[in-house]
Amino acid sequence: MTQDELLLHLRKTIEQVLKAPYYKKKLAEVGIYYPGDVKSLEDFRKIPLTDKEALRQNYPFGLFAEPLEKMVRIHASSGTTGKPTVVGYTREDIQLWAKIVANGLRRAGITSNDVVQVAYGYGLFTGGMGLHYGCEELGALVIPISGGNTQRQLMLMRDFGSTVLCCTPSYALYLADSLGEEGMTKEDLKLRVGIFGAEPWTEQMRAEIETRLGIRALDIYGLSETMGPGVSLECLKGEGLHIDENFYPEILDKDGNVLPEGETGELVLTSFNKMGFPGLRYRTKDITSITYGSCTCGHTGWTMKRVSARVDDMLIIRGVNVFPSQIEEAILSVGGIEPHYLIVVDREGNLDTLEVQIEVNAASFNDEIRELEELQQRLQTKIHEILNIAARVRLVEPKSIPRSEGKAKRVIDKRKEKQLS
Amino acid sequence: MLQLSIFLENAQGRLADALNTLADLQVNIRALSLADTKDYGVLRIIVENPEEVAEKLRERNCVVKITQVWVLKVPDSPGGLAGQLNKLVAEGVNVEYMYGFVEKENEQAQVVLRVRDAEIMQAAMDKLALK
Repeated sequence: MTQDELLLHLRKTIEQVLKAPYYKKKLAEVGIYYPGDVKSLEDFRKIPLTDKEALRQNYPFGLFAEPLEKMVRIHASSGTTGKPTVVGYTREDIQLWAKIVANGLRRAGITSNDVVQVAYGYGLFTGGMGLHYGCEELGALVIPISGGNTQRQLMLMRDFGSTVLCCTPSYALYLADSLGEEGMTKEDLKLRVGIFGAEPWTEQMRAEIETRLGIRALDIYGLSETMGPGVSLECLKGEGLHIDENFYPEILDKDGNVLPEGETGELVLTSFNKMGFPGLRYRTKDITSITYGSCTCGHTGWTMKRVSARVDDMLIIRGVNVFPSQIEEAILSVGGIEPHYLIVVDREGNLDTLEVQIEVNAASFNDEIRELEELQQRLQTKIHEILNIAARVRLVEPKSIPRSEGKAKRVIDKRKEKQLS
Repeated sequence: MLQLSIFLENAQGRLADALNTLADLQVNIRALSLADTKDYGVLRIIVENPEEVAEKLRERNCVVKITQVWVLKVPDSPGGLAGQLNKLVAEGVNVEYMYGFVEKENEQAQVVLRVRDAEIMQAAMDKLALK
């Protein structure tokens, strides 16, 4: 894409975002009132970044650029304060999204002859439906099974002859583990490719999935705020995720300066041609690097590296975004407990585990085991209510959680330690 | 009577640590029980000057609770405890937990009782002239 073409696209996006009160105000602050006010890439880079916080403050529809009657779909992700971040799509947006996903899948070698088992969750989460529409656009046969129910997943995978599996990489390994229990081997399946995303994973995990399921395992990336899955996807070469041409990526350092090609920083995305919820310089909080060029698969443009880390403290546990502050909120809401807590995330077999250690204090301690067990249960229930994933709460002695000077260390992610070892 | 309950993590050496602390403090344990779960336990002890001991334990980062319990002398013979308990139950006493010990001076069997409702227990003790 030439500089002029890029500017043209950016101006079109600006024209659309100006319809949303939030952006109108934001752009006025830097003297942009009309698309034509952006005369260069330098002008564009003056535009303030937008992040999840903006969505929360403008909950639910403040960033929508089209009236609700033009919207046909809403998706939402869990918010840290209990309020979800809401995104909306017009009919054209849904079609664009389907095309984007289909293009990515095509580069991954998937065709209308494939039988695709979509084992991402369907619902407010964008994963399931994003892949679903993309596969249909491609003309593939979709099995909209959604997540969970492993026995059934494997039975249908065998009986329907699924050739493509879409799910989180940890669930793919769990499915591989469960093959034997169902009296199957990978030879009973016709799987050949897996499209895995929604949580961080490693090259080691890729190798393991590929060996144990006998498939090619590819990474898919996306976030609901910019579209959903499909923002970028690996082609069969598996050497990075090709960013769809409808997104303009920037890599920023921690001070917000744009970094040159190949350098590592935070990915910031601007969307082109999106109507209902256009995104302008949206902070993904994902750390990666990008390069520009063409690939033998036919992709020309930006390619990003696998996301290696997050800017903030967000954890992804079993595909669900979890912030330590949400756990703190749960502990405080149960009451009687001063929140000296430690979150321990680990992986047992191939499933993430979440343990929350909470220090018992004079207020929460009760002489009766029954009462302590009830407290433990209440905490577990509350955490489940807030995060929608099961946690094991362990009551520990006071001062047993290490104190640190400055910012408390709230999280031990043993999955990372395992990756390094 | 006042009993001390100490929260202990179910980790190797934690009970020994707690007992060493009590030894350092020159505390003589007259009766003890340990209730435990997979993750943690509660050490319950009867000692002289419970409030003073509790304060010292708190200074050493222990979580300690003082609870009111009853010590009941029971006939040291078959059915001795059952007989006493039946009388209390008839008075509406609801036992939370209990543990037994033998007073060394006179070889007297005794049980420590923690009940749901202290007032009902006191009334029953008074009525039955137990102590």
